[in-house]
Amino acid sequence: MNKVVAGADEAVKDIPSGATLMLGGFGLCGIPENCIHALVKKGINNLTCISNNAGVDDFGIGLMLQGRQVKKMIASYVGENAEFERQMLTGELEVELVPQGTLATRCMATGYGMPAVFLLAGIGTEVAEGKEVRNFNGKNYLLEHAFDSDFAIVKAWKGDTQGNLIFKGTARNFSPLMAMAGKITIAEVEHLVPAGELDPNAIHVPGIYVHRIFQGDKYEKRIEQRTVRKRS
Amino acid sequence: MALNKEQIARRIAQELQDGFYVNLGIGIPTLVANYIPHGVDVVLQSENGLLGMGPFPLEGDEDADLINAGKQTITTVPGSAFFDSAMSFGMIRAGKVDLTVLGAMEVADNGDIANWKIPGKMVKGMGGAMDLVAAAKNIIVAMQHTNPKGESKLLPKCSLPLTGVGCVKKVVSDLGVFDITPDGFRCIEYAPGVTIDEIKAKTAGRLIIADDVKEMIV
Repeated sequence: MNKVVAGADEAVKDIPSGATLMLGGFGLCGIPENCIHALVKKGINNLTCISNNAGVDDFGIGLMLQGRQVKKMIASYVGENAEFERQMLTGELEVELVPQGTLATRCMATGYGMPAVFLLAGIGTEVAEGKEVRNFNGKNYLLEHAFDSDFAIVKAWKGDTQGNLIFKGTARNFSPLMAMAGKITIAEVEHLVPAGELDPNAIHVPGIYVHRIFQGDKYEKRIEQRTVRKRS
Repeated sequence: MALNKEQIARRIAQELQDGFYVNLGIGIPTLVANYIPHGVDVVLQSENGLLGMGPFPLEGDEDADLINAGKQTITTVPGSAFFDSAMSFGMIRAGKVDLTVLGAMEVADNGDIANWKIPGKMVKGMGGAMDLVAAAKNIIVAMQHTNPKGESKLLPKCSLPLTGVGCVKKVVSDLGVFDITPDGFRCIEYAPGVTIDEIKAKTAGRLIIADDVKEMIV
């Protein structure tokens, strides 16, 4: 079953304005750079984006914010983006802040076919407002719903023509969960190989979850906080 | 003399026990990794998907695919493992992580913590802090005792939006070490050169002084 498409433009060509998108990555680590560039070029707007972060001003989802393509952002941490903060404070951008583990688990619930989960995070805080609370074994939990996402867009390290994916290092983060959660899942990979070349024991996301796959033209892989030790 | 950040981190490192899995938050908590006592074997968890976090890479060895939760380039130590974000918070939620160290803007004398939002001013999001404080078995807060205006950050009740309720077990500030008890902050150690009177003056929440209070060794 061949899932390969020619490139980023083709992969995102049917994403309409107003769609809900999941975008993998943690900070700038493991973000689908090529698809983001294609979405910026395509110029669609009124998007709802679900992603742990919102990029920085001039990279990642930040590029889509610059073009006012995002109507609503669902994220856990948005501290690295001044344009985001400006749009949020002026009310141009609707924002739902979700605890990081809750965000991940709501993605997971979608991919596992579960409508909702009970989670601890946010009990007694403003995150709990309006949510159903259930007590289990003497502890209160919030009912948190699975996401409903039209598209999931992720970047993997390696993938094969059947859509099987392998991630590298901490670039894995939200990406397998989101890949499993999209009604249509688009995977861009650094290395695309023929089916049979990846070790089946090492697959993080089986191809059944992936609808389109391509090898990205280039990866900048920008580092947000370069911290090093001096060589003595 | 109040402690500097490195000294706060050094004091917290004394809380690490052999065999602990530990999550260190951003800021002062990150520095704790530099002072792990000799002979104490701990594994550091980074909530973006790593157990077995090592020090910063040597210049030139940095890898964009290998960062910590503060988005800093890091390394792994032998025996490390990568996983996705759901598993990462799964192990936190399931109580597998023994100790969480994080910073705070305010802590209340019942263990409430506020560290994610200043309404109308700072909008950054909670990241993983709400998940960590809701689930972790043992939470130590590293913080300055007062804000730049000199006002206490150890309060009867948090004024900022809460991150978690009744969850903090211990506070290590620049002035001392405080257990959270049903009677409020219990001062068990004071920083060298800091007086109990100064601690009393700078603690707005309920404060009791332990009978065996002693000078901190840092």
